[in-house]
Amino acid sequence: MTPVSPAARPVVLQARGLGKRFGATLALDGVDLALRAGEVHALMGQNGAGKSTLIKLLTGVERPDRGSVELDGRVIAPSTPMEAQRDGIGTVYQEVNLCPNLSVAENLYAGRYPRRRRLRMIDWRQVRDGARSLLRQLHLELDVDAPLGSYPVAIRQMVAIARALGVSARVLILDEPTSSLDEGEVRELFRVIAQLRERGMAILFVTHFLDQVYAVSDRITVLRDGCRVGEYAVADLPPAALVNAMVGRDLPTVAGADAERAPPPDAPPAIDAQGLGCRGKLHPVDLQVRRGEMLGLGGLLGSGRTELARLLFGLDRAERGELRIGGERVELKHPADAVVRGLALCPEERKTDGIVAELSVRENIVLALQARQGWRGMSRARQDELARQLVQALGIKAADIETPVGLLSGGNQQKVMLARWLVTEPRLLILDEPTRGIDVAAKQELMAEVTRRAHAGMAVLFISAETGELTRWCDRIAVMRERRKAGELPGGSTEARVLAMIAGD
Amino acid sequence: MAETTGTMAASSAISSRWGRGLRRCLAHPLLWPLLTLILLLAGNGLFNPGFLALQWRDGHLYGNLIDIAHRAAPLALVSLGMTLVIALRGLDISVGAVLAIAATVAAWTIGHVSNDGLLPLWLAIAAALAAGALCGLWNGWLVVGAGMQPIVATLILMVAGRGIAQSISGGQILTLYYAPYSFLGNGFVLGLPFSLFVVAAVFALLQLALRKTALGLFVRAIGHNPQAAHVAGVRARAITLGAYVFCGIAAALAGLLVSSNVNSADANNAGLLLELDAILAVALGGSLLGGGRFSLAGSLLGALIIQALTTTIYAIGVPPQVNLAVKAVLVFAVMLLQSPLCRGQLRALLRLRAERRA
Repeated sequence: MTPVSPAARPVVLQARGLGKRFGATLALDGVDLALRAGEVHALMGQNGAGKSTLIKLLTGVERPDRGSVELDGRVIAPSTPMEAQRDGIGTVYQEVNLCPNLSVAENLYAGRYPRRRRLRMIDWRQVRDGARSLLRQLHLELDVDAPLGSYPVAIRQMVAIARALGVSARVLILDEPTSSLDEGEVRELFRVIAQLRERGMAILFVTHFLDQVYAVSDRITVLRDGCRVGEYAVADLPPAALVNAMVGRDLPTVAGADAERAPPPDAPPAIDAQGLGCRGKLHPVDLQVRRGEMLGLGGLLGSGRTELARLLFGLDRAERGELRIGGERVELKHPADAVVRGLALCPEERKTDGIVAELSVRENIVLALQARQGWRGMSRARQDELARQLVQALGIKAADIETPVGLLSGGNQQKVMLARWLVTEPRLLILDEPTRGIDVAAKQELMAEVTRRAHAGMAVLFISAETGELTRWCDRIAVMRERRKAGELPGGSTEARVLAMIAGD
Repeated sequence: MAETTGTMAASSAISSRWGRGLRRCLAHPLLWPLLTLILLLAGNGLFNPGFLALQWRDGHLYGNLIDIAHRAAPLALVSLGMTLVIALRGLDISVGAVLAIAATVAAWTIGHVSNDGLLPLWLAIAAALAAGALCGLWNGWLVVGAGMQPIVATLILMVAGRGIAQSISGGQILTLYYAPYSFLGNGFVLGLPFSLFVVAAVFALLQLALRKTALGLFVRAIGHNPQAAHVAGVRARAITLGAYVFCGIAAALAGLLVSSNVNSADANNAGLLLELDAILAVALGGSLLGGGRFSLAGSLLGALIIQALTTTIYAIGVPPQVNLAVKAVLVFAVMLLQSPLCRGQLRALLRLRAERRA
């Protein structure tokens, strides 16, 4: 790592006091950021720290409520990504946002095709030549006429970077560029990043992986709860200090599950997966959840958390490994197979996979139990009774049980989802990001009921991107990384430890 | 004094109960189809005072109303099957062809079984229904198993079906000289056409299955959000397949009624364009063509409206060459009347006029 003297390089982009509010939440509160020519600047922070908001403000996706951005000393206020690009800020997103059906060359020049002087026709020769020379700058040899979709994601990302170079970017923002790359591809990307740094470009690098931060960055800015914690030279901030800065020292180091509700260690497993996997989705995973245990499942987006849940519930079919539910070996071909055996899943996408918005609270609550029972219809009186019970137990706020669920607030919809599964009295309840997008009070009520049921012997697999929730509620925490299980931590582990395992440190 | 307040409270309670009942009535999804049908029939009654008359002759009930219901029976049967398929986000445009196949299969069976008793009748019914079920199974498999879009999947049988029917009939219109078979489409029970009992039986059976078992809940859950229903453990594919099979059987039943009514099976023209009328009947009945919300009774009313329209056109003597155009205009008016958006605008317009007057 080349040592950097802080004042040596000129500042290219200077953001001052950027603030942004979304409804009731202050997403960003007076944040400063300085990107220097020829430096890679890492932006670090937990989920919800304000990283994506900051990037959105810089790239013109959102307008800041206050604060200013200067590029080369000139104030800019891009109101669209196109404008930001014209100002000289190029962005490469985690999900490559180019068109896979267009050719490589077309992708590089879409929206700014060179035209012939006469008739204003597109000059295809210049498009191809330009595309080749842009790629050559990155030492890439590609067929520029081939559709972009015929290349792997890593190459597409390089093309996205080349496109940013093509619009003569002064600043390049890389938003989690490595999350879908393998190791070799990451090395290749880093080589390109190093090259761009040599050419004096200012690069903002956003990632969750600590080792990658230390591999390429010169400087780190840490955000927490929408505020800037500080800017550090890499050499001054060892990994442990970085994690502490991200998590915040004021957090209690042990916030684990209370000892009294910890399940007996000899409780029989509710579910036991050995080497469960599916090619292209999940490497073989061993996982056990005991009766009455709450197992947390952490990891980044795309780390395989949701994929594992889908395999366990029969939404995808496992290609290898074996699954035992209550000691009995099973093969799940359909969610109905899982439901019959006492599994339950509150899916991540509540609107598309969870609730049936047009149906009433009552119908939504009895749906899974009814599916489990088969054709035999439940009497209306019984349905009403069950629905009323759960509406009361979970504090669901609805005019009455015949209200369409679509009219309820997000938190109440989530409670209805939970109610649907609790009436089936499941052996194992899988909760995939159950607290996302719901308010604190609803979250408390939801988790209180789940914890109460766990006390009574229900096993819980709790999937969350919030490490704080994992350490607060779970008896044990398994961590997924790069579509395999990275390891397990006992309940009561510190957030920093979980975070370190998630980031692969 | 206390007594008067008591009566006043009581009377206001009564009026509020009346008000609530009225409001519920106005909001009922079947109100508009029912109103449309009544308006159509009343309009006919105005033009032709004898139109609504019923007569008792030779132990049978006769009259235009009975005639409309009897002629609507095949369409009503097909509409019931179509309702279920549409409720599950599907569509079956092969019902006309399936009707023709079933009619031809029945006629062929009767022509090939030499027996003076009722055996040919039972065999013909069984063969026709089996053919319908098979057609439905094929459609359902294309949609559920092969993942085709419903309109394309059923287009295949719509096009091929009449060819299949013709190859069974040898390209001829099969004429039937077998009295027991004629009863299906022409017979009377308790003074009413037998076809009405067939429709009533299928309707009751379906209603029972939807109300008394969990099928109704499953169908609506799948129709509104198939993904969520799948995650909840509902076997959406099996249910969808079943709906197509049922739709095929319903079309086959309609084929029996149609061919029995005219004592012949015409592979080319039996049930021609029936699929469009069936979709229209479902829409008229207030079901969502996108799936989820549906009404079997509404579809029956829709079938009756369409037949009443046809009868009206003949009754007022519209020349045959323009009667499709007239039918289209009437359908257009009916659909406007049923469109909530259009009704809202109409209401706003009336309110505006009332305000101006005041």
